[in-house]
This record gives sequence, structure tokens and C-alpha cells, in this order.
Amino acid sequence: MRDAAPPPALHPVVPHADGPAHPAGVRAAARLRATHNGRATTVPLLHSDGPFHLRRLRPRGERARVCVLGAMSAPLGGDRLALDITAEARTRLEVTTAAATIALRGPTADPATYDVRLTAGEDASLRWLPQPLISTRGSTVHQTYRVELAGSSRLLLREEQLLGRTAEPPGRLSTRLTVRRDGRPILDQHTVYGAPTPAWDGPAVLGGHRATGQLLLVGPGLEAPPEPVLLGDPAGGHCVLVPLADGPALLATAVAPTPARLRRLLDEALARVPGAET
Amino acid sequence: MSRTALLILADGRFPAGGHAHSGGMEAAVASGGVHDTASLEAFCRGRLHTAGLTAAGLAAAAATGYDALALDDAADTRTPAPALRRVARRLGRQMMRAARATWPCAGLDHLARHRPQGPHQPVVLGVAARAAGLTALDAAHAAVYESVGGPATAAVRLLSLDPFEATAVLARLADDLDAVAAAASDAAGRVAVEGVTVLPAASAPLLDITGEQHAAWAVRLFAS
Amino acid sequence: MHLDHPVTLPQRHTYSADPRHPDGSHRALRIGFGGPVGSGKTATVAALCRTLRDRLSIAVVTNDIYTQEDAAFLRREAVLPPERIAAVETGACPHTAIRDDISANLEAVEQLEQALEPLDLILIESGGDNLTATFSRGLVDHQVFVIDVAAGDDIPRKGGPGITTADLLVVNKTDLAPYVGVDLDAMAADSRRQRKDLPFVFTSLTAADGVRPVADWVTECLAARHPGATR
Repeated sequence: MRDAAPPPALHPVVPHADGPAHPAGVRAAARLRATHNGRATTVPLLHSDGPFHLRRLRPRGERARVCVLGAMSAPLGGDRLALDITAEARTRLEVTTAAATIALRGPTADPATYDVRLTAGEDASLRWLPQPLISTRGSTVHQTYRVELAGSSRLLLREEQLLGRTAEPPGRLSTRLTVRRDGRPILDQHTVYGAPTPAWDGPAVLGGHRATGQLLLVGPGLEAPPEPVLLGDPAGGHCVLVPLADGPALLATAVAPTPARLRRLLDEALARVPGAET
Repeated sequence: MSRTALLILADGRFPAGGHAHSGGMEAAVASGGVHDTASLEAFCRGRLHTAGLTAAGLAAAAATGYDALALDDAADTRTPAPALRRVARRLGRQMMRAARATWPCAGLDHLARHRPQGPHQPVVLGVAARAAGLTALDAAHAAVYESVGGPATAAVRLLSLDPFEATAVLARLADDLDAVAAAASDAAGRVAVEGVTVLPAASAPLLDITGEQHAAWAVRLFAS
Repeated sequence: MHLDHPVTLPQRHTYSADPRHPDGSHRALRIGFGGPVGSGKTATVAALCRTLRDRLSIAVVTNDIYTQEDAAFLRREAVLPPERIAAVETGACPHTAIRDDISANLEAVEQLEQALEPLDLILIESGGDNLTATFSRGLVDHQVFVIDVAAGDDIPRKGGPGITTADLLVVNKTDLAPYVGVDLDAMAADSRRQRKDLPFVFTSLTAADGVRPVADWVTECLAARHPGATR
């Protein structure tokens, strides 16, 4: 169960070689807000904090771009991290991360929390396309995505998870994804992987695959392919692209043996969406 | 509560269509993911803690008397795969038929009237449990038991597994079943105050992926 | 786009084969076809459709263990337009779907009735099963049990609920009798003994109009239901 007490720490305080010691965990809340000035999208608020260093990239067409750079190793056990991204009305915004986010055990076995809030206003277009989150041995992360979309906004969200580095069991990674459009929930999903979660890599959940991810597209003008798109196979990784009940919204769900294969499946799914801006 | 009513509701012979559904087992057997008793147990355990928990939360909440139509919407948001939504609604219609014959009540009539295409099955299960005088925890128990009982029976038929071993798998899952039912029931106890977001939304990527794949098969023994 | 519910179906208040709709009108007559694998259930249903489709509005529900196979056969043979044929999965237990838990078949029947109103006749074909498989009275008005001479002339003697209680026993493939050394007279005598007053017919679907005895019986069932009127 998600809320079960974490196992007791064997080594209460072990500073990690990759970053500064922070026995109580880091509390950080980074924020960025894009706004439309009548001609173009600008990013007047760019508040870096803790491990999140936010940097503007060169816009691509009319789309403003921001990259999140890791300023320190995070999340570690006990960290409380939040990232709040708002694309105000009529903006075009893309946010990426420079490198994979690596969840490590850190000085305590306490869980880390990592809350991402994505908000898109009327006629805004928001893309959240981070590099994968890697859950390493001994880490515990509770991740939440809270997505609030105006009815006329568009979203492209990709999240990828790698469970353990090579030949390493993962830590525990829980992700709750809630998406609301015009205030109505359209997707509510909770995944938990890694011991002691029961049968998390068994034949009903991941089937032995170590990479899993999703691609979510929401917004007007989105057309569902006439049939659900089925890609790949059980051994090499597979993926489906399907319409949600309360659309227009499409969700691709994939599991794969490697992150590269996972990305290929998600890219292929995206390419099957008629009219998706890629 | 009536223990007998719970036995009737949770009985695999309750005529609500479950016998033709494998809960993803047929696809798992075809891919080789389930091939023996151990992999059957892993499948059932995984399904229980994901789809089973989510279904139990919805069923338990419905059994508290919470707005069944809101719960039906909540089930939609928790079921991204359209093939599994169709299955849930089809089974919901079938359970509605059986439940209205067994425990006629205004709650079932109301739900049937407002969801003529079929409500999600766990919601019907919860409303039926309430009509039968059962508690939220009872409804959760029925839902979690069904979440593993169906696949286990299907595995016996698909793999010619020893039925005694398959039943022993269910018995070994008893503590997990109890714990998941209790967690679902606890969440349901908070739904009146905190809304449907408090209900479990546990999901399993493979059940969604293979659910869609299976629905596209030209030849299959089970409806899901 | 709200993609899930393109059609809305009324939630029926019936939960079994009540012969009348809530408004008092007759629903379609439902006839079940059961019998062992390979005895000619699908061929009989196909021939009936060809014989009766000009006079009656017909739909078919198939229950093959390989769920789509019989439905695909009926579509390929073009005995009915595809929208008049529905398939029900049985989870590898064909007798459960027609007897113990009829809910999926009732759903299929009602959806056909709803989509094709007015229907005169719905034929429900069981998946091939053994001699004990019978239809629930909650699902069908009448049932036909189809056996064939090639399976041996001792089948009627063996009895079983299908042989003894079906409303009509069809002994099919009589054209094969000389080749498999079957005594049709003995089969007739055994059938009469097992079934008392219940009717049985011999058919050879390879002959022209070979399904006529079954078609006549179906027509009588319909006439008995609506005395003095076609509907």
C-alpha cells in the first residue's frame, strides 16, 4: 500500500557523494509563468529554487521554451520538491529538462515528494517534455502531477520512468496523475512500482519491463485515430494510444525493456495522432 | 448485514456475466506472461492491488450511498482504455439486470435510468450491495474477490491448470484481499467529505495495453 | 468528442424472456439451437435464414466457443446482413452462457431487438456442447436440439436433457446414413421412445429445401403465438 510506513533507515545520515548533505531534506518550490504580451509569449516569471535551475531557451517559432537544469542531486529521501508551471491565456510554452532526474536514497530513507503542477489558460498550448525519471535502489519518491486545463487549451505531456539503473532493482516510485479540464476530471491515475509494492513487475502490471511511460494529448482540434493504435509486442515493448472518455484527449501508455525503446514507442504513437503539433 | 447476501453477491455463479470475462488473463496467457501457478499468483496479486483496489473503492463508495452517477464519472476517469470502459459498462448492464431481479430497489432503478448504456460494473456492485443490506466493506470484499476470482477461473480453463492449485492461490491471497478491501472501504468512508478524488485510482499499464490488444483479436474465448 | 456512447440503449426492465414488451406488444420469438459440435447447428440456422428471411424479420446470436467463427460464417454466407448477426463470448463454457448465466445473451438479444425493431424471430445458436446442454427458459421461448446420424445411431437412445426435453429434435445429415451404417428407423423409434409426444424431424441440408421440416415447425411456433395475425 502506498501509505505503508517506509522501512527503518539502516544508516541514519549518509551524505551523498553527488550533492551537499541535507539531512532534513531540501524544500524547494520553483515556478515559471508564461504570458502573452499581445504579440508573443514571454516568460516574465522564472523562479529557480533548490535543485531546479530554470533557464530560457531560444524560442522555436512562436513557442517560448524553458529548460529545467538540475542544480544539485535530487530528489533525495526527505526532499520536498515542487515545480509550478503556468501557461497563461494564448501562450505557447514548452518546458523540458536537461537531463534525466535521478531519484536517490539520500541521507534518510524518508520518502521524497515531487509535485508538478501544470496550468494552461484559454487558448494556451503547454508542452511538458522532461527527460525520464530514474528510480534507483533505496529511493522512495511520491510524485504528483496536477494538471489544470482551460477548455480551449492544449496539452502535450510526456512522462517516462526507468525502474532501476542497469542490473539494479529500483526504489519505490509512486505517481498520481490528475488532469482536469474546465474543472472536470478527465484522468485520474495512480501507479506504484518497486518493492515492497506487491507484484509490481508481474504479468498484470509491467510484465518484467523496466521502462514505462505515457503521453497525454488534450485539446480542441485533436482527432482520435479511427481505431485504438496498437504498437510493438510483449517482448520488445508495447504501447496503446486511446481516447479518454471525456475528450478530446488521447493517452498513450507504454512499457518497454529500455528507455530508448520506450521513447521510440511514444514517438511512434504521437506520429499517429492526426493534427497533433509535433 | 447479511452474510448470506454477501455470499450470493460474491458467488461466481451470480448470473451477471462474469464467467465470460478473464480480466486480462486470456491476453496474459497468450503472451506467455502467465503459464503456471506462480505466474497466476503474480498476475492476481498485481491485478488485485491495481484494478481490484480501484474497483473496490468505487464499489464501497457506492455502497455508502454516495452519488452513483458521480462515481460512474469517476470510474471513467480511472479507466483510460476504451475497451475496458466498454467491458465495465457491459458488465454493469448485466449486473444491473441480475441485481434488479435479486434485490429490487429505487437506487438501482435510478442508476439504470440515468446510465441506460450501462454504468461501470463496480458502481452497480456497490449499489446492489447497499440494496442487499451490505456494508461498504462487504462491497469492497465482493469487488476484490471478483478481481482475482475471474482471472483464476479463466487460467484454469485456458491453461488446464490444476483447479486445486488455482484455488490455493486465491487462499494465499486472502490477507492481501482483506487489506485491499479495508483500504478501499476506508477511502470510501471519506468520500462524502472529500469527494471522489479520495478514492483509489491504482492502475496497471499492462492491463490497459493488453485490454486494448485483446479487444482487437478476431478469435477469443473470453469477452475480456 | 465524447467517444464512448454513440448509441443509447434503453435499460430494459425485463430480466428474462417475458414475451411482451412493457407496452404490451409482442417481442420477437426467441428460438435456441443447441447440440453437439459439428451436428449442423450453424448450417441449420443458415438454411432457416435463407428460407424465412423473405417473409420474416430475423436476427441471429451466435455463441461459438471461438466466438466470432460462427458469426463470421453466417456473414460470409451472406444469409443475413451483418447488422443482424451478433456474437457472444462464452469464456470457454458454452452451456453457462445459455443456461446458468444468460445475461450476455439477453443483452445481445435486446440490442438486436432495439436496433432492428420490429423483429419477428431471433435464433440463438449455442456453442457446440454435450448432450446435457439446454437453454434457460429465461432466454428462449423454444429450443431445438440438433444431432446428426454420423455421430452414431445410439445418440437418441442415450437421451440426456437435450434429446428428451428440447421442443424439437432435429436428426441431421440423413444423407450420410448409408455411408455410416446407421438405421434411421431405429433412430426414429428411439427418438419417439425418449421424447414421448415431443416432435422430431429428419433433415438433410444437402437436399433442395432440406431445412423445410424445421422451417415449418418454426412457422407453426410463430403462428401459435399470434393466432390469426402475422404480428
